[in-house]
Amino acid sequence: MQKTLFDKIWDQHVIVSKDDKDLLYIDLHLIHEVTSPQAFEGLRLKNRKLRRPDRTFATMDHNTPTVLEHRDFIEDPLSAEQLKSLADNCAEFGVTLFDMESEYNGIVHMIGPELGLSLPGKTIVCGDSHTATHGALGAIAFGIGTSEVEDVFATQCMWQTKPKNMGVKITGVLPDNVFAKDIILKLIAENGVSFGTGYAIEYYGDTIENLSVEERLSLCNMSIEGGAKFGLVKPDQKTLDYIADRKYTPKGEEFENFKESIKDLVTDDESLFDKIIKLDVTDLKPQVSYGTNPAMTVDIDQPFPEIKSVEDQTAYDYMDLKPGMKAEEIPIEFVFIGSCTNGRINDLRIAAEVMRDKKIAENISCVVVPGSMQVLQKAKEEGLLEIFEQAGCETRMPGCSYCLAMNEDRVTAGSHCASTSNRNFEGRQGERSRTHLMSPYLAAKTAIEGRISLE
Amino acid sequence: MNKLNIVQSKATVIFKDNIDTDILIPKNYLKSTKRTGFADALFAPWRYDEAGDPIPEFPLNQPENQNHKILIAGENFGCGSSREHAAWALQDFGIEVVIAGSYSPIFYMNYLNNLKLPLKLGRMEREALIEEDSMITVNLTEQTVTAGTLKFDFEIESVYREKLLKGQDGIEEILEYLDLIEKHEREYAK
Repeated sequence: MQKTLFDKIWDQHVIVSKDDKDLLYIDLHLIHEVTSPQAFEGLRLKNRKLRRPDRTFATMDHNTPTVLEHRDFIEDPLSAEQLKSLADNCAEFGVTLFDMESEYNGIVHMIGPELGLSLPGKTIVCGDSHTATHGALGAIAFGIGTSEVEDVFATQCMWQTKPKNMGVKITGVLPDNVFAKDIILKLIAENGVSFGTGYAIEYYGDTIENLSVEERLSLCNMSIEGGAKFGLVKPDQKTLDYIADRKYTPKGEEFENFKESIKDLVTDDESLFDKIIKLDVTDLKPQVSYGTNPAMTVDIDQPFPEIKSVEDQTAYDYMDLKPGMKAEEIPIEFVFIGSCTNGRINDLRIAAEVMRDKKIAENISCVVVPGSMQVLQKAKEEGLLEIFEQAGCETRMPGCSYCLAMNEDRVTAGSHCASTSNRNFEGRQGERSRTHLMSPYLAAKTAIEGRISLE
Repeated sequence: MNKLNIVQSKATVIFKDNIDTDILIPKNYLKSTKRTGFADALFAPWRYDEAGDPIPEFPLNQPENQNHKILIAGENFGCGSSREHAAWALQDFGIEVVIAGSYSPIFYMNYLNNLKLPLKLGRMEREALIEEDSMITVNLTEQTVTAGTLKFDFEIESVYREKLLKGQDGIEEILEYLDLIEKHEREYAK
């Protein structure tokens, strides 16, 4: 029977079906300090075991300081307690933890792929909405709540209603200096923040085939910003090259068997999608968000749109911007390069290339936060950190950092921030912060030019 | 766990689309390791001024809106972060039913998993309920919402309706199939 890529993986993991829900087996459970403590406590209260500690991996990322000297003693007692609680829980239940001392520490959506834990054909969950990131490797990966984290702890399974399938077909050659980040922002700008609700999105088409695996990870990462819990790309030779020889990837003959087991992971026919959305990227321009949700995004040279609703008015008031203005008029003071969307080595290479032998503008502070220790190490070896520092940027230790400002990293109230992160919600980067989402290329350009500009 | 069937209350109205979980409960309240104690954090960015004092005009702060069990909102309620703290904050504040046009899929499951009802009604129906401004009765068994002379039917997946009516513990319901889980692990997930 012909099936979509998503349905093939899903059906292989269904333990039993009951009315309109399926009991799904979970191959990999990634956890972090914010959404797991109550689930561990739930196990203790009911005297339950964690069924598969060997399929559960933990990292510290949301609360971790990015200033090296602050990592030994965390001032905020609540952050410190949450991190300690994760360490204690992992020790008690036998879960491997990549803590701040580990060379494999990093944002949860960085470390899954880079350690070879996230693999094609797998089901992957994490108590974090950006889990669809891992779908870029050809997996079913989705964000869950803490009750569901507890379900997976106790049973390695969870009930889910199977979503419908949406094909998002991307065609055309990406223009210079336009990236996967621009594709996903454009998709959301055109189709709204809930176009994917109730669907699993498969991104396909010649543009997707030509994207690097890292770019695909950035693309799938923001599926939830379009309402979709799932986003995925079929695995291909690039995927196999990417996963080969990573820490937990099967080796030798096992890898050959693994390759054999995933060779059928492809949507058999486009007509199997319940809905198809298309985007031709031939003339795609760099994207910039001007409002308080990711759909409030325009082409870099396009004036901000008219006010059509109370929500638009509220957004303009919050951002202190007006219809008809252009991105270059936004008084940017801060640039953040990092996050699970754009904190990978390729993102840093692109940003560093823009900043090589240049200085950031006087009105700008720029912070670069690698997504993981592995990325940090590589950026150091390649001389990227040196380029950033010589340009006048601050480089930091890995973590979620300014993307959600849960640790001490906050954008000053009222300031406009050019950010490579994923959400421009009110207060997201700190109380009254004003976020403008964009690619690492444009963020680096903005740091150099002192305003959002390609010139 | 508490079952849910009939909920009777007037409604608090925050009739906006895309209310995200950063608004429902901002990150500075996520550092707790407990499941309760979030009532004061609900809608904090819109509810308090910069000094931390309640903003009198905000619906949750209005005297006539206290002790309501129903919240009426717009489309795409609970979008953004997966934080279940958003569901816990609503629950702690006493909101047992949200009536919105649509929900973010992760919030939808989180609220259900706390045995609270994310109810979907069309825009015209919600506007009529707001206009009517009287006691609302939500009946899950009959799948109806009534207020004054208004009566609307609503849809919910049968498995989630059953879950709320029975007050099911999710884990026990899964462990009924332990032999099948073990079989799957023997074959595919050693």
